[in-house]
Amino acid sequence: MLKTLMQIGRVGVVSEAPPAPDPALRLAQALRKEIARVFGRALAIRQVDAGSCNGCELEIHALNNPYYNLEGLGIKFVASPRHADLLLVTGPVSRHMEIALKRTYEAMPEPKWVIAAGDCGCNGGIFGESYASRGPVARVIPVDVQVPGCPPEPLALLRGILTLVSAAADTGG
Amino acid sequence: MVSSAARFSPLPGAVPAGLTDLEAGELRAFCERRRAEGASLMALWASDERDRVGGFRLHLAFLDDRGLQVARVALAESAPEYPDLSDLFPAAARMQRAASDLTGVRALGGDPRPWLRHAAWPADWFPLRRDAPAPAPREPQPEVYDFVAVAGDGVHEIPVGPVHAGIIEPGHFRFSVVGEKVLRLEERLGYTHKGIEKRFESLSLTEGARLAARVSGDSAAAYAWAYCMALESLCRVAPPPRALWLRALLVERERIANHLGDLGALGNDAGFAFGLAQFSRLKEQVLRANHAAFGARYPFDYIVPGGVARDLDEAQWQTLWTQLLPLQDEARRLRAIYDDHGGLQDRFTGCGRISPELAVRLGLVGLAARASGQTRDLRCDFPCAPYDRLAVNRITHLGGDVAARVAVRFDELFESLRLCRAILEHLPDGAVRAELPPAATDRPGCGAVEGWRGPVLVALEAGPDGRIRRCHPHDPSWQNWPALEYAVIGNIVPDFPLINKSFNLSYSGHDR
Repeated sequence: MLKTLMQIGRVGVVSEAPPAPDPALRLAQALRKEIARVFGRALAIRQVDAGSCNGCELEIHALNNPYYNLEGLGIKFVASPRHADLLLVTGPVSRHMEIALKRTYEAMPEPKWVIAAGDCGCNGGIFGESYASRGPVARVIPVDVQVPGCPPEPLALLRGILTLVSAAADTGG
Repeated sequence: MVSSAARFSPLPGAVPAGLTDLEAGELRAFCERRRAEGASLMALWASDERDRVGGFRLHLAFLDDRGLQVARVALAESAPEYPDLSDLFPAAARMQRAASDLTGVRALGGDPRPWLRHAAWPADWFPLRRDAPAPAPREPQPEVYDFVAVAGDGVHEIPVGPVHAGIIEPGHFRFSVVGEKVLRLEERLGYTHKGIEKRFESLSLTEGARLAARVSGDSAAAYAWAYCMALESLCRVAPPPRALWLRALLVERERIANHLGDLGALGNDAGFAFGLAQFSRLKEQVLRANHAAFGARYPFDYIVPGGVARDLDEAQWQTLWTQLLPLQDEARRLRAIYDDHGGLQDRFTGCGRISPELAVRLGLVGLAARASGQTRDLRCDFPCAPYDRLAVNRITHLGGDVAARVAVRFDELFESLRLCRAILEHLPDGAVRAELPPAATDRPGCGAVEGWRGPVLVALEAGPDGRIRRCHPHDPSWQNWPALEYAVIGNIVPDFPLINKSFNLSYSGHDR
């Protein structure tokens, strides 16, 4: 126990300041003012891998490390879509995951948002469209924000998430 | 009787490899001899040869004391069938089903259920047949799959997935339990199948490296290297020494990053969040140094056909060098904390055990096999450059439980840190990329790399115009997923996440 406490003391706090939101990441549809008003900056995220290579998942995991400290910003990953405000989707949507993705989206309470993360989620990436892949997430469920990258870095993911929750400022809410 | 290994004729390349052609009628007897000789089945796949030599081909890649041995079996177009091999090599069972789903080449007497195919395309349509017409548009429909039912008083089923309660890849687990105790686990995978093998056939040989790196993102360097090794075998070219050393540096750093991540997650799954915070901090430091030295935290496209994409300059070398000793000190300190933590050891020890005997029978590979007393490690058994100069220490533990898989990760982490130091210290000078001569089209090329999870195999055939004719990437998860079903028997349901994480198998690499 002493060694554990000493290690915690030795390392201290390494968390860094979050990035600024970037309205350019937003897709055409306007985010409703009241959504931002209801949630403020507290957000529950349900992540769904709809067919990724697992590279995006590595960087999404990194959001929870002490440097990015996502929970410190009031944002956390939840286990059930019933508890989620935001669906964070990776991968080209494989045909085998299409139903599961739609059901997850439908299980979320309103109001809800969707971020498509990674080149594959944005445009199908190197896998594209085929007998096995539907391509971009937006082809299967409505998407609010896209975060490109292969894989997208944690700061890019964080910027995408904060772009959503800062909608209040942009829309005058 | 002549050893079955003697009939293989050598293929050029960085790993010792051989090739032989078999008649369908001699396949069973051949496989029986291979098993008796201690060879393990590394991969099994099929190809459509109707446009070339006629009929179909079944390919089997074995690993034995001489290296990688590929056997090809010609199958008639009218009856593309062969006898079931899963009694000899249990790992063949799912590979046979996958080959059937993708090419229609069937194992007679094997499990008739589909494996990679769910309901997305019809059972009589085969994506890897060269004359397969584009499939008719199909509304997504739920799959009906014939799970094995367990009967008995008080037995009930717990279905989990494909969407899991965390940041995890999708797959379905069907538990049959009594109370808290798991009687049986049946896996249903294939959810992330995205047609990678078919996609390869629309790419040039050079472009293929990018797709190979994305078969399983956590093993991108191992896959890219294995793919390039296969292509360089077809081209009979060896990258410059400096490029090979830089490739090994990246693969060892990939091993370090994944082991750090897993060690933290294993602590967390046993209720010790401190472990996750500490190890994920160290992993982040490794990724940031990657960004400084290789241009990206996950430099998927750094390993390219003929070498690597760019050289390391002095400042970048320095970034990597100065990181190694402090990282080793920190990891040692954390290992002491893990080792001394009674609650953690209580969860790890005896949990999810695969005995050495079972590991042999199931054909377990890689990290999980080495935690169950097995010793195979491509870096030690068939050391290609630069491993032939680095004398990699073989890591083995006997326990076969979560504790042993944790111990293998710690030992391999320190060994990889040592290797990174040695690589940086002795990095040869010179060019980092060679020109590729035209690729041979009359033989396959093979590449095999010991990734962090286990041996990654890529088998590649070139078409006449610099295109890919057929590419089969094989993930070590194929061998180890079935072992997870055994590891959980008799354990309690709440220990499953811990056991699962201790294997940390790839869904994407498996589903392709």
